[in-house]
Amino acid sequence: MDFTLTEEQQLLKDSVTRFLGDTYDFAARTTILATPEGQSAAVWAGFADLGLLGLPFSETDGGFGGGAVEIMLVMEAMGRALVVEPYLAEIVLTGAILRHAASVEQRAALIPALAAGECRMAFAHADPEARWHLAHVGTHAARVRGGYKITGEKVHVPFGAQAHRLIVSARTSGLIGARTGIGLFLVEADAPGVTRIEHRTQDGARIADITLSDVFVPDEAVLGDTAGALPAIERAYDEVIAALASEAFGVMDEAVSMTVEYLKTRQQFGVAIGSFQALQHRAAEMFVVLEEARSMAAYATMALSETDAAARSCAISAVKAHIACAARFIGQQAIQLHGGIGVTMEYKVGHLFKRLTVIEQQFGDRDHHLDLLANAESLLESL
Amino acid sequence: MDLRFTGEEQAFRAEVRAFIRAHLPAGFSQKLKQGRKLTRDEQTEWTRILHAKGWSAPHWPVEWGGTGWDPVKQMIFRDEIQQFPAPELLSFGVSMVGPVIYTFGSEAQKKRFLPRILTLEDWWCQGFSEPGAGSDLAALKTRATREGEHYILDGQKTWTTLAQHADWIFVLARTDPAAKKQQGISFLLVDMKSLGVTLRPIEMIDGSHEINEIFFDSVRVPVENLVGEENKGWDYAKFLLGNERHGQARIGLVKARLRRIRELAAGVPDGGRPLLENHTFRRKLAALEIQAKALEMTLFRVVADERDHEKGKPNPATSILKIRGSELQQATTELLMEVIGPAACLHHDDAGPEGYDWARGSMASYFNLRKLSIYGGSNEIQRTIIAKQILGL
Ligand SMILES: Cc1cc2nc3c(=O)[nH]c(=O)nc-3n(C[C@H](O)[C@H](O)[C@H](O)COP(=O)(O)OP(=O)(O)OC[C@H]3O[C@@H](n4cnc5c(N)ncnc54)[C@H](O)[C@@H]3O)c2cc1C
Repeated sequence: MDFTLTEEQQLLKDSVTRFLGDTYDFAARTTILATPEGQSAAVWAGFADLGLLGLPFSETDGGFGGGAVEIMLVMEAMGRALVVEPYLAEIVLTGAILRHAASVEQRAALIPALAAGECRMAFAHADPEARWHLAHVGTHAARVRGGYKITGEKVHVPFGAQAHRLIVSARTSGLIGARTGIGLFLVEADAPGVTRIEHRTQDGARIADITLSDVFVPDEAVLGDTAGALPAIERAYDEVIAALASEAFGVMDEAVSMTVEYLKTRQQFGVAIGSFQALQHRAAEMFVVLEEARSMAAYATMALSETDAAARSCAISAVKAHIACAARFIGQQAIQLHGGIGVTMEYKVGHLFKRLTVIEQQFGDRDHHLDLLANAESLLESL
Repeated sequence: MDLRFTGEEQAFRAEVRAFIRAHLPAGFSQKLKQGRKLTRDEQTEWTRILHAKGWSAPHWPVEWGGTGWDPVKQMIFRDEIQQFPAPELLSFGVSMVGPVIYTFGSEAQKKRFLPRILTLEDWWCQGFSEPGAGSDLAALKTRATREGEHYILDGQKTWTTLAQHADWIFVLARTDPAAKKQQGISFLLVDMKSLGVTLRPIEMIDGSHEINEIFFDSVRVPVENLVGEENKGWDYAKFLLGNERHGQARIGLVKARLRRIRELAAGVPDGGRPLLENHTFRRKLAALEIQAKALEMTLFRVVADERDHEKGKPNPATSILKIRGSELQQATTELLMEVIGPAACLHHDDAGPEGYDWARGSMASYFNLRKLSIYGGSNEIQRTIIAKQILGL
């Protein structure tokens, strides 16, 4: 058991933190949010220069061979700075789909451009009726000469309206909800039959609802097995949840630091409010919850190397359920202990709270993951 | 002991409900369900509809336009308004400054201000809090210096709710700088159009414009706008804050939201089944319904106590209503957001397709209602009141 970072990992952590410290303070973020795109091309290029965009990909695919620990470090820093750029959705999630489902040739064709920040990609998976059930795929892929025609609706695709290419999950056989019969298809975002509508989300990100009607996809653009993509999808979601847990930890860490600082400086009744025991105990509880969240983020990171998929998914569900709870408690208390200033737009703590609230919901809320866990083996016996 | 409402009370409830149904302008209810704010004109329109019926200040003395209803009927009225939901009366005039004026104000002040509150001809706002004086209200620094027939008002107020609509503001200001904290404060009525009053909007985390900062720069306030005696303002402020005995629970809003949650859950798909069939979800909803019942029964006890006993000092048990009422409102917005699921994350201002109308505003309301445990005496302060004033700790 070893929780210390290697020299390279420490270096990575420092360089990301420094980069975000220099370019991504709260004012800079506010400016980025107000742009029409809601993200910054310059920041993305900066990520590319730092090697972050290629981080999770193997060197043979044109990446930097980083693993779960490296992603954990990056996501923590992104959380503290409340980065809105879709690193999580694009590099971690869509990247995982490429890593786990694409062929060597496809990876060679796609990953270098993704890692350079030149080709922006999104994974379009969620069905309007799915809530968070991954096998609930209603989009349909019909066999035609030389390829497939895809028809269906995808919702809440992170930054999906700005992507150049989409990876779309679609059913080649089976009923909605069946574990087999799901394939993955690479779709040019401007292909005939693709319509995209962009929305803002409550934490400042962008998502798209995407309609596909008879969109032709050639055989070369099928990723992997046309009926057996679900395990790769599940693995990709496990990876993104682990990364999300680290981001959540970063956001919570920042919220706790800001709150503790505020308790030390805000004066009421002639003393710093941090001298009131009721608030000391609350802050102490926030700290306890934060440390547990850090532990669970580490547990998630570790679980990703588990080869038994069921055990891995159990561990990840446990982490998501736990993190959702922690995020709610810390977010709410950070606001409460700030008093009125906590509910204002001009102060960062409210934005941390909003991001934490969206994190609770992303990729399955607490109840969803508790249900999954409750229907599985005991966590103690699995990992 | 009989916990049921009398036949007369039930008939009264039916009368209030029928009145709201018949007279509430179209669209108001839908707006409120989605956590959206009414415009100034809409609030005024509704207040005047209630006023025409004689219901725009139920708890006031009859001679000033009140209804003569006992506390139970007042509670039923409020409950029906909240459950419908219809707009609640604007508290700053009717519940805050109005009672101060009819209890401590001069005859001239009563005649001048009270009728205009009933019709919302004057929109009032509350100028108590300052940047350095929140929970510790007595630390306020705004000063009013007597100069002939005027006070000269200098200072800053903050978090002032809906001041952007206000015609008048009631202000706590220091008139005796030498006196200690609670002493030396006076209660002044200030025309928002006075020279030297400026307002800066504060954007809330849900993007709404609900609160403001207000700056007073040598504002001349006629001496006739002092309420009661100079330097006695703290007593009037305490009266004002303790006056709203049972308005804080807002249980009607909670019940309305719980009903909406149940309705939505019947239609929300959860991987092939409606969410309402999910046992985990049903248990959560049941747990909140239990809490709502516990709060409502507690409210009934406080209200009955008020009816059966002389109106005396503010009842510290109202702190229970404030704590649980705010917590339960917050908990129901959490569940509303959870029911809606992924679509709850959509920003409420986005035009978007009509299809998301059902989801609109749930997360924004959740953000916005964090204020409930902060204002009106934070929940920490309320717990201190219970510990000190009830438990004697
Ligand atoms: C949306 C909104 C609307 C408002 N509208 C109005 C209005 O119209 N008019 C008006 O005058 N004011 C208004 N207020 C102000 C409100 O009353 C204050 O925000 C409130 O009194 C808390 O003060 P504060 O924000 O300065 O927080 P602080 O007093 O600084 O409190 C910060 C934290 O410390 C805690 N705390 C403080 N003292 C103690 C203690 N002794 N023991 C334990 N904990 C303590 C608080 O509970 C809180 O958690 C509004 C506030 C909000 C958020």
